[in-house]
Amino acid sequence: MAGLRLEGLRKSFGQNEILKGVDLTLADGEMLVIVGASGCGKSTLLRLVAGLETPTAGRILIDGRDVTRLDPSERDIAMVFQNYALYPHMSVFENMAYGLKIRGLPKAGIRAKVDAASALLGLDALLDRKPRQLSGGQRQRVAMGRAIVRDPKLFLFDEPLSNLDAKLRVQMRGEIRRLQRRLKVTSLYVTHDQVEAMTLGDRLLVMHQGVPVQLATPTEVFERPADTYVAGFIGSPAMNLLPGTLGRNGTAVSLEGTEVGLGTRRYALPDGHGVILGIRPEHVALDPSGREWPVEVVELLGSETLIHAGRTGAATLTLRLANGAPVGEAVRVSFPPEHLHLFDRATGLRLDPA
Amino acid sequence: MERRTLFPGRLLPALLILPQLVLTFVFFLWPALQAIKSSLEREDAFGTSTEFVGLENFADLFNDPLYLAAIGRTAVFCAGVTAVSIGVALLLAVLADTEIRGRAFYRTMLIWPYAVAPAMSAVLWVLMFHPQIGLVGAFLNRIGIGWDYKLDGTQAMLLVILAAAWKQISYNFIFFLAGLQAIPKTIIEAARIDGARGFRRFRTIILPLLMPTVYFLLVVDLVYAAFDTFATVYAVNGGGPGQSTQTLVLKVYLDGIVNANIGSSSAQSVVLMVGVIVLCAIQFRFLGRKAVT
Ligand SMILES: Nc1ncnc2c1ncn2[C@@H]1O[C@H](COP(=O)(O)OP(=O)(O)OP(=O)(O)O)[C@@H](O)[C@H]1O
Ligand SMILES: [Mg+2]
Repeated sequence: MAGLRLEGLRKSFGQNEILKGVDLTLADGEMLVIVGASGCGKSTLLRLVAGLETPTAGRILIDGRDVTRLDPSERDIAMVFQNYALYPHMSVFENMAYGLKIRGLPKAGIRAKVDAASALLGLDALLDRKPRQLSGGQRQRVAMGRAIVRDPKLFLFDEPLSNLDAKLRVQMRGEIRRLQRRLKVTSLYVTHDQVEAMTLGDRLLVMHQGVPVQLATPTEVFERPADTYVAGFIGSPAMNLLPGTLGRNGTAVSLEGTEVGLGTRRYALPDGHGVILGIRPEHVALDPSGREWPVEVVELLGSETLIHAGRTGAATLTLRLANGAPVGEAVRVSFPPEHLHLFDRATGLRLDPA
Repeated sequence: MERRTLFPGRLLPALLILPQLVLTFVFFLWPALQAIKSSLEREDAFGTSTEFVGLENFADLFNDPLYLAAIGRTAVFCAGVTAVSIGVALLLAVLADTEIRGRAFYRTMLIWPYAVAPAMSAVLWVLMFHPQIGLVGAFLNRIGIGWDYKLDGTQAMLLVILAAAWKQISYNFIFFLAGLQAIPKTIIEAARIDGARGFRRFRTIILPLLMPTVYFLLVVDLVYAAFDTFATVYAVNGGGPGQSTQTLVLKVYLDGIVNANIGSSSAQSVVLMVGVIVLCAIQFRFLGRKAVT
């Protein structure tokens, strides 16, 4: 049975259509991470599923049950907000117990559930504190605890870690992952963070202006981006995208006069077809016999070096090199064919060899 | 960070605050001292001589059943005004905080009464509740409720409470609305997901978060009702019928100016002054430092 199913989900605010038809199926216990630029409608999607907004069109099914018109409380979901949204006047215990109390659970049952959740999250010693007496990471945990005690069918996370410092974020990321695996609750997780996107989910959904552009495993999204938007969005620094034209019977791409071979691949498109050649910065190879690019900026990042090269007005190229690589006024590089991505210049979509 | 501007020397700063000091002295300190002085004196029946009588005026005051009755009456009046103005304002603010059409218009209308002069608002209420010509008053009589606030003391008290509370509702409304809007939306949403609805959500989430505002307004409204409602109460019925709406402030005026009993009136105003000081101290002590909303 599907944990969550969205069918043709649309949402408009006034004249603006924010979500333009989202179809999605999550397996029971699956964790899906949603990424996309700011304003692309990630939070809106989550809020629709939570029932905090009403869709303009489409259906939402949780565990096979149509919840599209139901109140948030009837959907059997739990949400973790970016700012935690803890009740400031209640203790940690009361924060976690509140939803259970409203459902009319007996006191002993509430106690047991809260104790179990706080043990799981290491909150036992903090149960009597007020949220303002907690650190950011502890508040985050309480927010998680509040979600866990409800035993929901679905977890919704809206950038839950973005208010934490980098170190804590890494730690909490691991905890969320472990918890989700252990509790096996179907989850939707919205984030801006590349690493969270790559590491947290079973699958990754990339959204662009209210439209889902790719839904696949993180590895697949990284290795076979569906279009130039995904290619540029996933991966840091971003993939190099160089406009060119197809040539040599679909076996090479010509970039401003330089020819780049595609190895054994052959594309069934006419020569002269406009394409975009994609290659990740770490895959660009230094090669004395390659084309020369003038170096513009060198960034020493400690464990690696980033080089931004290019000619004014023309395409720029980013290289990611291990430290100690010699960097002069210019670099000579080649593009290993096995790491090349090809996209249609007109549509931006990924091209696959014949 | 607090920004401070430092003026050199002592003369310039002194000069700059001088106007304020003069005003405070002329309109507050001087009359206050006068009141304290005359509260310790007694004039003879013809106003020709005064003698120092110590605390006798105060002793008389607290042995005077009329004065004690006025204290009780004022307490009822204050409680009534505070309860009505806080209750109604809170209800209106909660309604105005929801997403409704014409919200801006509605809010502006609710803030208006605050700008109406007290005597004016009193006249408005009188016109509405006049037993013969008032819209509401005449209606009450027609349906068989014997309404005449000029004869019935309880009805008169009800009317002055309404008239005085009406103005304060606007003031409270602004603070409550600001307080409601300062509650993070996600907290309300979290409560929605937790299943809290309607009155329960209000009682367990919204009201507790609004309590600092409630405390603040409680003190402000008490001070308003006790000391700042002279014009309203006087304009409605001049403290009558009989003494049924004679609050302490009214009594100061009636005893001192109308009945020319300066000694007793001054003693009463000193008592009131102490009352104000105590209430202000409470407010500063418990609420002054905290953010209001
Ligand atoms: N209640 C609303 N009324 C009108 N427009 C809204 C409302 N909520 C969101 N929007 C608009 O919908 C768009 C998408 O918003 P949303 O919050 O879903 O973006 P997001 O992808 O979560 O962005 P971010 O990464 O910045 O959180 C934005 O352009 C926003 O202005
Ligand atoms: Mg968002």
